[in-house]
Amino acid sequence: MVLLSKPIMDSLTAILFSPLPIDVMLGVIVLWIALGVLGLFAPLSLRFVGHVLFPLGAVGGLILAGAGLIGMAARPETAVLVLGLPGLPFHLRLDALSAFFLVLLGAVSAGISIYSAGYFRKDEGTSPGMHGLLYHFFLAAMALVMLADDAYLFMVAWETMALSSYFLVTSNHKVPEIRRAGFLYLLIAHLGAIGILLSFGVMQGGHGDYTFATMRTSHLSEFWASATFLLALFGFGAKAGILPLHVWLPEAHPAAPSPVSALMSGVMLKTAIYGLLRVTFDLLQTQLLWWGVLALLLGLLTALFGVMFAAVQTDMKRLLAYSSIENIGIILVGIGLTLIFHVYALGALAALALAATLYHCLNHAFFKSLLFLVTGTVLHSTRERSLGKLGGLIRSMPWVAWLALIGTLAMAGLPPLNGFVSEWLLLQAFLATPSLPSSYLSMLVPVEAAAVVLAIALAGYVMVKFYGVIFLGQPREARLATAHDANWLERIGLGWLALGCIALGLAPVFVLLQLDQVTRLLTGHTVGATAAQSGWLFVVATTPEHASYSPLLFLLGILALLLLTFVLVRKLYHGRMRRGPAWDCGYPQQTARMQDTAEGFGQPIKQIFEPFFRIERQMPSPFDAHPHYQGKAEDKLWYALYLPIARLVERISLKMSTLQHGRIHIYLLYSLVTLLFLLLFTR
Amino acid sequence: MISSIFSQLFQTLLIVVLAPLLLGWVNQCRAWLQNKRGAGVLQPYRVLHKLFHKDAVLADNASSLFRTAPYIQFACMVLVASIVPMVATDLPFAAAADVIALVGLFALARLFAALAAMDIGTAFGSMGARREMLVASLAEPALLMILFTPALIAHSTSLTTIVEALAHREFVLYPSLAFAAVAFAMVALAENARIPVDNPATHLELTMIHEAMILEYSARHLALIEWASAIKLSNYSAIGIALFLPWGIASAGDWNAVPLALAVLFVKLLLGGAGLALLETLSAKLRIFRAPEFLGTAFLLAVLGMLMLEL
Repeated sequence: MVLLSKPIMDSLTAILFSPLPIDVMLGVIVLWIALGVLGLFAPLSLRFVGHVLFPLGAVGGLILAGAGLIGMAARPETAVLVLGLPGLPFHLRLDALSAFFLVLLGAVSAGISIYSAGYFRKDEGTSPGMHGLLYHFFLAAMALVMLADDAYLFMVAWETMALSSYFLVTSNHKVPEIRRAGFLYLLIAHLGAIGILLSFGVMQGGHGDYTFATMRTSHLSEFWASATFLLALFGFGAKAGILPLHVWLPEAHPAAPSPVSALMSGVMLKTAIYGLLRVTFDLLQTQLLWWGVLALLLGLLTALFGVMFAAVQTDMKRLLAYSSIENIGIILVGIGLTLIFHVYALGALAALALAATLYHCLNHAFFKSLLFLVTGTVLHSTRERSLGKLGGLIRSMPWVAWLALIGTLAMAGLPPLNGFVSEWLLLQAFLATPSLPSSYLSMLVPVEAAAVVLAIALAGYVMVKFYGVIFLGQPREARLATAHDANWLERIGLGWLALGCIALGLAPVFVLLQLDQVTRLLTGHTVGATAAQSGWLFVVATTPEHASYSPLLFLLGILALLLLTFVLVRKLYHGRMRRGPAWDCGYPQQTARMQDTAEGFGQPIKQIFEPFFRIERQMPSPFDAHPHYQGKAEDKLWYALYLPIARLVERISLKMSTLQHGRIHIYLLYSLVTLLFLLLFTR
Repeated sequence: MISSIFSQLFQTLLIVVLAPLLLGWVNQCRAWLQNKRGAGVLQPYRVLHKLFHKDAVLADNASSLFRTAPYIQFACMVLVASIVPMVATDLPFAAAADVIALVGLFALARLFAALAAMDIGTAFGSMGARREMLVASLAEPALLMILFTPALIAHSTSLTTIVEALAHREFVLYPSLAFAAVAFAMVALAENARIPVDNPATHLELTMIHEAMILEYSARHLALIEWASAIKLSNYSAIGIALFLPWGIASAGDWNAVPLALAVLFVKLLLGGAGLALLETLSAKLRIFRAPEFLGTAFLLAVLGMLMLEL
């Protein structure tokens, strides 16, 4: 007792008895790290790691979300951790923006953790204990990224996040494709990290002080501010999967275990959005118009690209990965729109666009995690990822199928679920463009809106393909009829995320009221009061005369009509029903192979949007007794951008290899020459 | 308040009950144009009556999704009917959903139709679902763009406000509305499975879209689907009238204008139905891969209309 001085004691009692949200969050981070380390004591015990550690991690997630909700309404809090290098402590800060993304992390990861408790098996690559360690470190690193208040901690946490997720992606490392996917992921993650590091370097402006507080006060010239924005867009874009840095997503997501894919797609991509928002709106003091236009165009390309490729995929996880690219594109469009409104000092509209963007981040986190987890259960019970060999699972896996239907409807952007609300808000922001002073821009923006709507509509096509081919129709393989449903832990996880999709869809006014502090921090304006002006039942974009939408009334209307129709039809007529074989226009021979395959479902998109794909077809000759048809739709960027760069690097390194002889005296000579040069140079 | 609710119920029921009549009128006109006698304008009611009385036959492996989908489609279409002003703009429920939500409702109904079509796992069902979703995913953006043009003029995405703004102020000619109207006619043909995109009277495997989706349905389920598509046609007509020919629709609380509004509506629908029949008789069905070109044209027209507004 004597050893502890009074101030330390005071702060300890304060933390224990009236903790601030930031203290609680640090507690959760410590809990996650501890859970991860604990798993190493019994790495092979599935019961301990699965049934004890992962549920505790889920509880941590819930606590984090709760603390985040309180933190969003409270004033910013800071903390300094005397860790790291001497004289260079870690600075932490919790403001509304980080609190919002921490709520996202906590709420979504709670569902994924409880699902993971029932998911991991012993025979799948890395041991359960190792999985637990990496998984919880991954969570802790993401939380630290959002709490970091200096570039040093940010980069440390960012790299921890990248590395832990790399090891999670490659957990089944005996498969060569998975190792390759992991390498690609790591490569692009590091390219991105360089961009982020450089952008921080520009922002600190030669002071040598890398805290965010200093960066906020430094005023950069337009040129350097633009350089920072571009570097940040590159760096965070590599993590988020913005064109043309998206190539790792469709490789890494299918390779990773499904809870990890869910976490990466649902949450990790959002850390990049967080970083981009942090740099653009908080750390940089000036924003330029052309950044907004650039973000809008890039986002649009990304969204259209993502959805077209999603439509032609035959692997269910690749399909979802491409659809994540699409959603990131829509989020980037939202950021671009916010920037444009913000630069023109149209504060209320900027806040609306930003609220739509953040809302979509939250929605995407819920429905995409849900769908990735669904693929996990399907994968476990069928051992099949290819859409061409699935089908009819609604009969053998009803729980998963009905929960997946909620995610499917949410992702297709249908009312009254959550995906629709954010798209509604975004379109309302688009409709406000006539108030833009530049006629050039107000011409461009409607065209953009048209393309965004096209992407959203095509997402509906993709979702019918996803759900229809996996869950509906006849089983394409005989063994699918006996596929087992999700276990109870998995059901809780899926149910939590599905519930989130419904709740976020039905209560938009509450969500928008919570977002007020975030939009005030970034744009100086709020949307909550506007949204709530017709009461909590109706969400309003600008004025009640302009537009309102009430998901709850909407749902009640549909349900009442459903009930009424059902009762009337049954009362006035009868409920007689017979079962018989399917009619199918009277064709006698019907097999499961005659249904539309995933390729068939993608074929119209391939044909209509042919210029966007690189298509390879192998046609059989007409005399072939066992004809094989093969068609591949590949990414043009891969051939136009990545392979040339790879070849260039290879050529340069070949040239450089002439310097290498393997003889030690030549290397010593190099050292001497370098030393002499430096001596001469520094004189 | 009570009069608002009455107006709401009256208009919704009007569309629901009279929708088959419009369909019957279109079919009758088409028969006349083809020098046939036709089955009479009441034929759709007879078909519905017959179907409701039959015993339903369900495929052995049909899931409950397949059985609920017709009810959902029907409920969605009735809900749309309760948002679109036909006779008067006094619609309290319209505040719950604007035009974007309206497009969402159409999409919801369609998604369930497509999923139900894939449920049995027949070759025709999934082919129909794929084609329907293809046509829809190209028609939906065009439809939204079309709706945005009057929305931008009226500074509102609420249909009742748009009608109030367009019908009850001095007459201004908007060229962009003309573009939007042409595009709307094209989209409406595609969305309602009419010629030239689809043919409601065919069961030829190479050409059918909507019919392929509902092949496995029978009796009351089929009746609900047929009724829902009739209501959909009426809804589209009502939307078209509300956006492009809103004159005559009574404004809120103006009960004296209602009889006239009803009369005007019937004239518009009679002419519109005859026009649809004429259009269908004059044009031929497009190959399925020409449909994207057709809808792309509609989309471009709609975007052009919106751009002209900005000029």
